[in-house]
Amino acid sequence: MKAREAKHGTVKITAAPHVRTADSTTRIMWSVVLSLLPVVGASIWIFGPSALLVLVASIAGCLLTERLFGERGNSLADGSAMITGLLLGLCLPAGFPLWMAFLGGVFGIGFGKIVFGGLGQNIFNPALLGRAFLQAAFPVAITTWPVRSADWWALRGDNFALPFMSPGASDAITGATPLGNVKFGDDPVITPLFDLFLGNISGSLGETSALLILLGGIYLAIRGHLNWHIPVSILVSVFAFSGLFYLLGLSPFSPGFMLFSGGLMLGAWYMATDMVTSPVTNSGCWIFGVSIGLLVVIIRIWGGLPEGVMYAILLMNALVPFINRATQPRKFGSASDKSEPAAEKGS
Amino acid sequence: MVSRLLQTSGLPSFKNGVHPPENKDLTSAIPSRRLPFPAEIVLPLSQHIGRPAQALVKPGDRVERGDVIAEASGYISSFVHATAAGTVKSIEHWPHPAGAMQPSVRIEVDPHSTQLQRPRLVPHWDEVPEEQLSEEISKAGIVGLGGAAFPSHVKLRPPEDQPVDVLMVNGCECEPYLTSDHRTMLERPEHVHQGIRIVLRALGIRRAVIGIESNKPDAIEIMRDTAPGDLDISVQPLEVKYPQGAEKMLIKAVTGREVPSGKLPSAIGALVQNVATTASVALVFETGQPLIERIMTVSGRGIRQPGNWVIPFGTKLSDVIAACGGLNDDAAEIVFGGPMMGQSQASLDVPVLKATGGILVLSNDECKRQDILPCIRCGKCLEACPVFLNPQLMGALARVDRFEEMAENNLGDCMLCGCCSYVCPSNIPLSQLFAMSKIQLSRLQAA
Ligand code: SF4
Ligand code: SF4
Repeated sequence: MKAREAKHGTVKITAAPHVRTADSTTRIMWSVVLSLLPVVGASIWIFGPSALLVLVASIAGCLLTERLFGERGNSLADGSAMITGLLLGLCLPAGFPLWMAFLGGVFGIGFGKIVFGGLGQNIFNPALLGRAFLQAAFPVAITTWPVRSADWWALRGDNFALPFMSPGASDAITGATPLGNVKFGDDPVITPLFDLFLGNISGSLGETSALLILLGGIYLAIRGHLNWHIPVSILVSVFAFSGLFYLLGLSPFSPGFMLFSGGLMLGAWYMATDMVTSPVTNSGCWIFGVSIGLLVVIIRIWGGLPEGVMYAILLMNALVPFINRATQPRKFGSASDKSEPAAEKGS
Repeated sequence: MVSRLLQTSGLPSFKNGVHPPENKDLTSAIPSRRLPFPAEIVLPLSQHIGRPAQALVKPGDRVERGDVIAEASGYISSFVHATAAGTVKSIEHWPHPAGAMQPSVRIEVDPHSTQLQRPRLVPHWDEVPEEQLSEEISKAGIVGLGGAAFPSHVKLRPPEDQPVDVLMVNGCECEPYLTSDHRTMLERPEHVHQGIRIVLRALGIRRAVIGIESNKPDAIEIMRDTAPGDLDISVQPLEVKYPQGAEKMLIKAVTGREVPSGKLPSAIGALVQNVATTASVALVFETGQPLIERIMTVSGRGIRQPGNWVIPFGTKLSDVIAACGGLNDDAAEIVFGGPMMGQSQASLDVPVLKATGGILVLSNDECKRQDILPCIRCGKCLEACPVFLNPQLMGALARVDRFEEMAENNLGDCMLCGCCSYVCPSNIPLSQLFAMSKIQLSRLQAA
């Protein structure tokens, strides 16, 4: 429904309020994109042209699908498809075949968003849904992690593999991720925390620099473009639960390692905070965040996968409608608060 | 959200709400001046909540300034007075600021009149019984000047079982741009206090609290300095936050208590009057002047000379604009009231009314039109709503005409303050949807 607005000469007739915040959905989305640019830069710096190619492919898949099937003609302009493409690309390994990355983008936007009715209607984070699809369809390719190469220009894998051909033996050296190292390695190596923090490690494009993700997330939180309750509650919950299990001797991961490894930072600051797929109330966001944290810890310690952030968030996405219903704001005037009248305290 | 933390002043307030740019410095330092009497005055019979007044004059009648021209037609109704001397031209339908055409008395102003009102014997307020006080207030046509225009005499008689023990005087003026209450406090503090005294007597109580937002330190100081010593009147500075001046928010800030949903403030022993209302009560008993004019703020970046003016009710918008130097080239929208709750005007012929605290001419930059996008469930509207509604949910329900479900989600508590629309990044006209839904719902319930 459009605001009733008639033009009489130069005079506008609109309903109150006649002023609005400068904030707009479009601006929020593009500032998320902006805040991700350092992470993108770092991934290219670490993984070379392969990183750029993967990002471009997943973004192209998202934008094209949105353009072709999106409900509103100009829905590319709101920036949300761009975010999905970027985030999807950032959770893929650098050597990932481009056609797969493209397909992930098509799936994420098409089945993650458009079938639900477009922006604002979807239940699951489209980037994570795209990633989950790729994980199910191409389990080997998506866990082939390249390491840093001495030659920056070298491709880090079989980026140009053709669809439905068995990928040729890749020359690139692959390495396990720090999480996989601890969990599945024959000879567990604990990656130093400082390397995790700065990103000097093997992993998907955006898993690598916790520092830059943190900075981008804090920037968004300060601008009010993401609800800080979500990342804070996820991180606190991961730290608390993994600390508990570590102390009980149930977990090989120290809490600090848990915080800075894998996709947790990207997930906590950029995936879980997707406004559309997270609760609308702050109390709901606490429940949402704490549950994600707990699930991540459980999957990482006891699950059959090295990484649990994606499934933890997708699972909680599905519960958001229930969380929203359970955390409706209290009706004004229903509190039995008997606080001291200010007038008697003051003056 | 972090910026929200930085904005907390530590002064009493309510939860949620918004901080729109104040824009009060356009006019706050400009003393009020009298607008010249226009050539014609148009007085709608309905300038208040309740039944329209009953006209007592006919075309051709000569009226003096302050004469009654229409009487209250029931308990919840109000009197209307001639705001300038002249001759009644006609009684006809005329554009009303609320939108529709309304029966109005047109008076051709006598250009040679001195515009003095007839001498009138003023009863000494201290000696008349309480009931007569509220009757005099009713006959003077006094209604709430804060915007709602609810007849004041009705408020002065709270339900028997809900005795009022504190009068809250509303000097918050939380709407951006408006400075008329601010000027009233600065220029006529003794009238504000005198009015408070009279209202306290009419209620038979002794305690009043004047709530003023802390962005008006000069008003806080002057109201403190002029407060009489024999009554229990205190001045409470409040956090600058919209809608601090809404009755329930003011009461929450001052007493810490929430008026129960669906109840009047008297349910917790409070009664709210606006500072401009009490100032006009004082005039009734001082000079016998009924409510015929008030200070109005003319502001916005679309008007050449913003300022504060004493304007007789019934003055047409075109005359006000002409007296303020005319419109700037980029003037885009004219609003009666504040930018958050005021009403857009479609005609320059509409008259200003008792409840018109301000006339804003907004420039294109000030009221940019923005595209409406789908709701992204950001939750910002929930964090803005001062009465803890879920505008996100209600907005979704309104779009599919599920009005009864909206009522279950407390649509009735919505005060149409506009905070939700103000913050919505997708520019969904939430409060407008709620206003329309309320109308639809009352139709459904009547049927
Ligand atoms: S307009 Fe109604 S729903 Fe919106 S913020 Fe105000 S009271 Fe809440
Ligand atoms: S502020 Fe607007 S976009 Fe955000 S939840 Fe409310 S209605 Fe939806």
